Amino acid sequence: MIPAAFDYTKAASVEDAVTALAAAGDDGKVLAGGQSLLPMLRLRLAAPAMLVDLGGLAELRGVHDDGDALRIGAMTTHDEVMRDPLVHEHAPLIAQAAETVGDRQIRHLGTFGGSLAHADPAGDLPGVALALDAVMSVVGPSGVRDVPASDFFVDYFTTALGPGDVLVSVRVPKLTGWSTHYEKFHQLAQSWSVVGVAAAVRRSNGSIAEARVALTNMGVTPVRARGVEEALTGAPATADAVADAAARALEGASPLTDGTASAEYRTQLAPVLTRRAVMAAGGV
Amino acid sequence: MTVTEQRPSGEVGRDRRRKEDARLITGRTSWTDNLSLPGMLHLAILRSPMAHARITGIDVTAARGAPGVVDVFTGPDIADLQGAMPCIWPVTEDTVLPVYPPLALDEVRHAGEPVAVVAARDRASALDALELIEVGYEPLPVVLDMEAALADGAPLVHEAAGTNRCYTWILDSAQAGTGGDVARAEAEAEVVVRRRFIQQRLIPAFMEPRSTVVDPTGDQITMWSSTQVPHVLRILLSLGTGMPEHKIRVIAPDVGGGFGGKLEVTPEEFIAFAAARRLHKPVKFTESRSEAMLSAHHGRDQVQDITVTARRDGTVTGMSAKLLANMGGYLGIIAPGIPILGAFMYGGIYKFPAYRFECTGVFTTTTKTDAYRGAGRPEATFALERIMDELAAELDMDPLELRRRNWIDSSEFPFTTAAGLTYDSGDYAAATARATELFGYDALRQEQAARRASGDPVQLGIGVSTYTEMCGLAPSRVLGQLRYAAGGWESAAVRVLPTGKVEVVTGTSPHGQGHETAWSQIVADQLGVGFDDVEVLHGDTRTSHKGLDTYGSRSLAVGGIALVNACQRVVEKALPVAAHLLEADPADLEFAEGAFRVKGAPGAATKTMADCAFAVFQSHDLPDGVESTLDADATYDPENFSYPHGTHLCAVEVDTETGMVKVRSYVAVDDVGRVINPLIVEGQVHGGVAQGIAQALFEEARYDEDGNLTTGTFVEYTIPSSADLPDIVTDRTETPAPGHPLGAKGVGEAGTIASTPAVVNAVVDALRPMGVTDVRMPCTPERVWSTIVAARAAGGEGR
Amino acid sequence: MTRISMTVDGVRYDDDVEPRTLLVQHLRDRLGKVGTVVGCDTSNCGSCTVLLSGTSVKSCSVLAVQADGADVTTIEGLAGADGELHPVQTAFHEQHGLQCGFCTPGMIMASVDLLTENPDPTDEEIREGLEGNLCRCTGYQNIVRAVHAAAESMRTSVPSTPEGAEAAEGVTT
Repeated sequence: MIPAAFDYTKAASVEDAVTALAAAGDDGKVLAGGQSLLPMLRLRLAAPAMLVDLGGLAELRGVHDDGDALRIGAMTTHDEVMRDPLVHEHAPLIAQAAETVGDRQIRHLGTFGGSLAHADPAGDLPGVALALDAVMSVVGPSGVRDVPASDFFVDYFTTALGPGDVLVSVRVPKLTGWSTHYEKFHQLAQSWSVVGVAAAVRRSNGSIAEARVALTNMGVTPVRARGVEEALTGAPATADAVADAAARALEGASPLTDGTASAEYRTQLAPVLTRRAVMAAGGV
Repeated sequence: MTVTEQRPSGEVGRDRRRKEDARLITGRTSWTDNLSLPGMLHLAILRSPMAHARITGIDVTAARGAPGVVDVFTGPDIADLQGAMPCIWPVTEDTVLPVYPPLALDEVRHAGEPVAVVAARDRASALDALELIEVGYEPLPVVLDMEAALADGAPLVHEAAGTNRCYTWILDSAQAGTGGDVARAEAEAEVVVRRRFIQQRLIPAFMEPRSTVVDPTGDQITMWSSTQVPHVLRILLSLGTGMPEHKIRVIAPDVGGGFGGKLEVTPEEFIAFAAARRLHKPVKFTESRSEAMLSAHHGRDQVQDITVTARRDGTVTGMSAKLLANMGGYLGIIAPGIPILGAFMYGGIYKFPAYRFECTGVFTTTTKTDAYRGAGRPEATFALERIMDELAAELDMDPLELRRRNWIDSSEFPFTTAAGLTYDSGDYAAATARATELFGYDALRQEQAARRASGDPVQLGIGVSTYTEMCGLAPSRVLGQLRYAAGGWESAAVRVLPTGKVEVVTGTSPHGQGHETAWSQIVADQLGVGFDDVEVLHGDTRTSHKGLDTYGSRSLAVGGIALVNACQRVVEKALPVAAHLLEADPADLEFAEGAFRVKGAPGAATKTMADCAFAVFQSHDLPDGVESTLDADATYDPENFSYPHGTHLCAVEVDTETGMVKVRSYVAVDDVGRVINPLIVEGQVHGGVAQGIAQALFEEARYDEDGNLTTGTFVEYTIPSSADLPDIVTDRTETPAPGHPLGAKGVGEAGTIASTPAVVNAVVDALRPMGVTDVRMPCTPERVWSTIVAARAAGGEGR
Repeated sequence: MTRISMTVDGVRYDDDVEPRTLLVQHLRDRLGKVGTVVGCDTSNCGSCTVLLSGTSVKSCSVLAVQADGADVTTIEGLAGADGELHPVQTAFHEQHGLQCGFCTPGMIMASVDLLTENPDPTDEEIREGLEGNLCRCTGYQNIVRAVHAAAESMRTSVPSTPEGAEAAEGVTT
C-alpha cells in the first residue's frame, strides 16, 4: 500500500520543526526514524497532512556524558544506542532493551526518542525510561521544558507532548555499577512484547541494596513496580526473597485484554517475568 | 560438435545446484508485478468492510473525477463481461454451487469481497480514488460458527440455497465393501477413544503477493499472473467468461511461492480480464499483503470428531471421522474436495479393519477456503496421529509401540486399506528405526522422566508422527469417480535442436520447486546430453499448450513420467537415424551411456543424440520414412497414486509457568522413493516441516464477532522467522515406487503433513502428567498456560 | 514534489518525487530497480531490504525523500562490475538457500549486512540476525547454512594485496 498524500518538510533546526508542527496543529506529525509511522501511513491508519522530518538534525543524535547523567539525543537510533559505550557503562538496561526492539533493519532507522514519543504500551523503551527515572527534554512553541518519565506517558499511545512539541533528548541518571536485565516475553521474534520487565539492581554484601523495576504492557502506559522495589530493598539476594518480592508485581498494574493476550494471562506473566528479570539482573 | 558423455545414471540422484538461482539471486527475476506495458492502467479494488450485507447503492461520482482516474466500475457495470467464478469439484450430486460473481453484484458474503474497481494512470491515484467511493450497505446477519450455521433457523449465507450445508460426503468401508463396520467395531471394542480436534484456519501466505497483468491488444488477450495453474486458468477464463480458449494466452512468469494458495482462479484475475476488455488497455492489479490476507483463499478450518476403537493389546479395530469443513462465503475452485483428499488417509500407515468418514461442507460469511499445502491430508494425519497418542496413553503403552503393533509390514505390500486405496510400497519400520536413532529417543525419554520426577518447571515432551500420503494427483479415472471436473494427467514435450541442445516443454508450473533443474537432470540421463544443454520451458500457454500444472506433489510423480516417456520416444525416433549413420541395422543398436552403438561391441563407433539431431536437421539422405524431427511429446495418466511415507519425531520444552513451547529437536526421516535431486528434496522437507510447525505453534486466521479478519497483516498473522524455528535434522530411507519409471513418489507436501501432529503430540506429552489430554492449535503460550490451569483445576495434577 | 538525489548501485539519479513515495516504489517504479520487491505492508517480511548508506533497511518503510543524498545498494548492485557474484549470492546458490526466490533479494542483503558486522556468526546469531526477513519456502535451514558458508568464504578469500594474501594463507592453513 501507498500512503495518502501529505506535505513534507525537512527541518533545518529544532526551532524550524517546532514552527512547522505548530502551524500544522493536529494535522502535523513528526517523522523520526519512521519505523512505526511508515507502516501506519501505508495501511492508511494515519493520514497526517504534514510530516516534519527530523532526520537532518545531527544535533539530535548521539549519547553525551552529562555529569551524573547521560543525555541521549532523541534521533539516536536503536542500533547506535545499543552499541554506545557510555550506555553500556552507565545505563546498560537501555542497551539490553534496545537490542530487543524490532529487527536489525528497524534498529538501523528507528530512534530512541521516536519509540518513547510513540508510547506504544507494547514498546520496550518506555518501561526502561520509567525504571531509570529518565527525564524528557521537550522543545515546544512555549520554549524548553523537562518532563519526567513518570509524567510523560499519559495514556494509550499518548504522551505529554502537545502539537508543536518536539522531544529532543532524554536525560538518564547514571546507574553506574548496577546490574540490569530486560526480560521480554513474546512468542515469536517479530512479535511485540506481551509483557516486559525492566529491572536494575544494586547489590551490596549479598543483599539487594536498591532496585528499580518497571513493567511493559501491564497497562495503557508503562508501570513502575514500586511494591517490588520496596520489597527488594534490603532483601537478601536469594531466589526465595526475589520470588516473594516479584509477587507484588501486580500492584499498580492494570493489564488489558487485546488481540495478543488476555489480562488474566498478563496477570500470570508479570510476577513470573519480574522474578526472572530481577534474578537475572541481580545474578541470583 | 561437442559430445557430452554421460552415464545413464549420471545426473539423476546428483545434488545439482539449481538453474533457477542465477536470476533469483541477482534480482533479474520476472515477477508479474515487474511488468510494465505502454499505456498500462493500474487497478485498485474497493473491498467490503462488512462480512455480510446487501449493497444498497454505490456512488462513484467523486472517484471518477479524481486525478489520474480513467474509469471506475462496479459489478453491475461489468455484469455481462465478468463471468462467474468456477468451482470444478462438486463432490456430490447435490453439492450447492452458489453464484460467485468476481465483483459483487448486490450482496457481499465475506469481509474483503470486491465491490468496486478504480482504473488509474498510477497505483497511488487508484488507491486515493477508492476513498472517494461511497457504498451503502444494509447489514445482514453474519454466520461464523459451523455448528451454528447448520442449526435450524440459522441465518443463510446464500438465501437462494435455503441452507448453509454445501454437501455431505460419506465413505463407509462396510458399504463400500473395503472393510468392516465401525459401529460393530465400537460395540465389540475393549477401548474406545473419542476426541474433537480443531484444524484452525490458516493463510497460505506465499511471499509474493498475487499480481496480474492483462494485455488486450493483439489477437490473443494475454494474461500474466502469479499463479500455480496457468493452464487451468486459461480454460476457466474461457469457460467462465465465454471468451474462446484459443483467444487467451496465459503466462505464469516467475512465481513467488504458492503452497496451494495460488492454485485458485481468482476474482481479481477475472476482474482484471474484464477491465482490460472494457478499457481496451493493458491493466495491472497487484494486491497488497493486507488484501492477500483477506481475499486469497484460506486453508484448513475443519472440526474433526474422531473415534478410534481397539483391543487392550493395542490392536485398532476401527476408525471413524466426522468432519465439518468450512467453505467460507463462496466455493473455491476445488474447495469441496479438499477434505475428501484427506478422506482416504485417516488410516495412515495402519491396518485398520473398519473405517467410516463423513464430511459436511458448510458456508459461513468468511473468506473462502481451499487447498493449502497438503490439502486434506495434513488434517487427516493430524487427527490420526493425535488420537493414536491418546490411545497409547489410554493403554499406557509407548506411542511408538502402539504404532508398531498396527502398521503395515513391508512384506504386506501391495496393501489395500479399508478406505479402498492400494498402497504400493513402503517400509515404515525402517524409517522409524532411523528416526529414533537420529533422535536419541531413549535418552530423551530418560531426561523426560528425570524432569518429571524433579518437578522441573520446564517439562520435556516427545512427539511421534508417522504418515503416508497419496501423492501424484491423480489418476483421471479416480478423479472422475470423485466427480472432479478435470483429469489428472500431465504432459511433456522434448525438442532436440539441430545443434543437439534440448528444449523441454512441461505442463507443470513450478513456483520454487526447481523443475528447471530436476527436469534437466532427467532429460540429461534419458538422452545422453549435458545438464546445461537442456532448457526447460514452462508456464506459458503459447509454448506449453497442454498441462495441468503444479499442486498435490504431482509434478515429478506424474509430469516426470510424461517427460521420461517423451524422451523415450525421442530415442525411438533417433534410432533409425543413428543406424543409418552407423550403417547398421536398427535392431542391432542399443542406446546406452548417452550414445547409440552396436550391441555387444564396446569400443565400436557411436552416434550421439546431437549427431542424430544434426543429421535430421540436414535431412540430406535420411532413409525413407524417417521424419525430419526428433521432437516428441507424451502425456501420462497415472494408474495409482504414489505413497511416500515417513516418521517424524519432535522434542519440545514447555515452560509451565508461561506456557511457552520451544522446539528443542526435530528429526524427519522420509521415504519419497527414488530421489532426482537430494538437495531439492531436503529443501522441500525443511520448508514443509517449518509450515507444519507453524500450524502447531504459531499461525491462526481469526475473525471477530462481526466477521472481520483480525489477523490481516503479518503483525497479527505470525509466520515464523529464522529465530523461531529449530534446526531440522533430515534423512531418507528409499523404497522405490514400483510402476514408476523413476521410482519417485513426490515430496512437496510431506513435511507439512507429518510435522504438525509430531509437535502437538510433543506438547501434550510434556503436560500429560498434569492431566492435559489436548492443546488446541496453535499452541500459543497463553493457550498452553490456560490448558494447564484448566487441567489443574480439574484435579489432574499428580494423577 | 520534492527534488532528491540518490546514488543507487553506483549510478546517481536526480528526481522529483511526491513526498509520500516509498523508497522501494522509487527504486522499482521510477528507477526500474525491480530486483527489490515488496512482500508486505508492515515491515515484517524484509523482502525489500537494501543497504542505505551501508546498513540494511527495509525500503518499504523509508520515504524516498528520507534517502535524499544517500547511497543505496540493491540486490542488482551487489555483484561486481564484471558480474562476479558476491560471496553471499554464491553461498545461497551453493547451499540451496532459496526456493521461490521472492524473499531472496532481501534475505541476501540482510545477510550481507549481518556479515559486515559479524564475520563469524554462530547459528543463533544468524537466526536472530535475520529475524526481520521472512521466508515461506526453506524453513531457513539452508539459509543459515548459506550464511555460514558465505562467512567462511569471505574470511578465507584471498585479498588482492600481497600482505593480505599472506595473512589469508595463515587463516586457511
